[in-house]
Amino acid sequence: MDWSWLPEYSDKLISGFWLTIQLLVICSFLGFLLAVPVGLVQVTGPKYLSVIARGFCTVVRGTPLLIQLWLIYYGVGELFPGIEGIRESFLWPVLRAAFPYAVLAFTLSIAGYVGEVMRGAFAGVPKGELEAARAMGMSPFKVLWRIWLPRAVQNVFPTLAGEVVLTLKATPLAATITIYELFGRSTEVRQDTFLVYEPLLLVAGIYVLLTGIIVVIFGWLENRIPKPSVA
Amino acid sequence: MFESLQLLWIEPPGRGLTLLSGLLSTLQIAFGAYALGLTIGLLGALGKIHGPAPLRWLLTTYTTLIRAVPELVLILLLYYAGTSALNNLLESLGFDPIDISGLVAGIVVLGFVQGAYSTEVMRAAMLAVPRGQTEAALAYGMSRTQSIYRILIPAMIPFALPGLANLWLIVTKDTALLAVVGFFELASATKTAAGSTRNYLLFYSAAAVIYLCVTLMSNVVFGWIESRYRRGQATA
Repeated sequence: MDWSWLPEYSDKLISGFWLTIQLLVICSFLGFLLAVPVGLVQVTGPKYLSVIARGFCTVVRGTPLLIQLWLIYYGVGELFPGIEGIRESFLWPVLRAAFPYAVLAFTLSIAGYVGEVMRGAFAGVPKGELEAARAMGMSPFKVLWRIWLPRAVQNVFPTLAGEVVLTLKATPLAATITIYELFGRSTEVRQDTFLVYEPLLLVAGIYVLLTGIIVVIFGWLENRIPKPSVA
Repeated sequence: MFESLQLLWIEPPGRGLTLLSGLLSTLQIAFGAYALGLTIGLLGALGKIHGPAPLRWLLTTYTTLIRAVPELVLILLLYYAGTSALNNLLESLGFDPIDISGLVAGIVVLGFVQGAYSTEVMRAAMLAVPRGQTEAALAYGMSRTQSIYRILIPAMIPFALPGLANLWLIVTKDTALLAVVGFFELASATKTAAGSTRNYLLFYSAAAVIYLCVTLMSNVVFGWIESRYRRGQATA
């Protein structure tokens, strides 16, 4: 084992580490946000919205994330240069960078998987509680915000922790579209130093550590929210 | 747009044949890896429940580590580590080093990863089989092995099926990761075709549709298998 490269590349690895964290936090947050309507319309929405949401979940869950990522980055990215005047527009720097595409792809993927989870979660909240809230005179939005959403999240909290871990494990795919997150940095080190295992083992260790941290954080949060009553 | 659809056709200049042979490789790798994963999973679950303490400890490390590291990193690690370990072994035995085919390497690497997930699914399913059933088998004078393949395994299948169906869907999608290592399968075939014709949107959409079809057909098959195995079981 040769670790002499570590000091020289530590800056790059640390910047890759933060990029991984950024991807994880941004995409998890946006993904959960999008998952709520995706799950909700399948339980209560009008028929056409529910069909769209179900189709979205099926497509996201039925195709590899790598293909989704490449489809969005190379495929959708290919359309933009054709639009006239876009190179001069203020949007061009955003459209040319890889990061927004990765965020979009991961967010949609999380929304698909978690949307499915949230569908079950929303459906699992006892009807009586929602009726009681309505009887109290709450508006539909207030019912959602005060009763339905909290109860739904409470029921599937451990599953959500699992989804965050899955998202963490998906972030290395971003390296395939030129984003130098943790895994991408390790590839860079491997190409520079011709070392095969050491950089990979290092990042594998870091991912294990991060997974552990996510599990601990979610376990702590889980203990802090009141347990759902056992029916 | 419609002119470029011809690029999906089987005959050249269409790349349909490339995509189809990619799909074939993907399915071969997925089947192989799934079968290997199920084997590891069954033995792993038995080891985790009945094995001696050191074996249980080893298996726990295996399932925990594999499930905590991104598949892409594992594929690289296992591929390089596996091939060089094998060649070192061959060299020490006095053979020439061999070049391992992408198909075999892909199956072994993904199968090893699947094994960890499958161990957990099978373990949970085994624990769901009422103890009395295997005890009754032993009381009838069956040997330990007989009680396992006559009673335990058939009885645990209904409990394991939903998890195993999920694992199959995961392995078909995980084969796409092998494209990053340069193996030939559907994702890398698509990448080549898209790159050489510069029709990225078309080809990646086509690949997505193909994967989706595989998933949807698998759902039908597993639904059918599940309904067969649930015969005679009380529905909740």
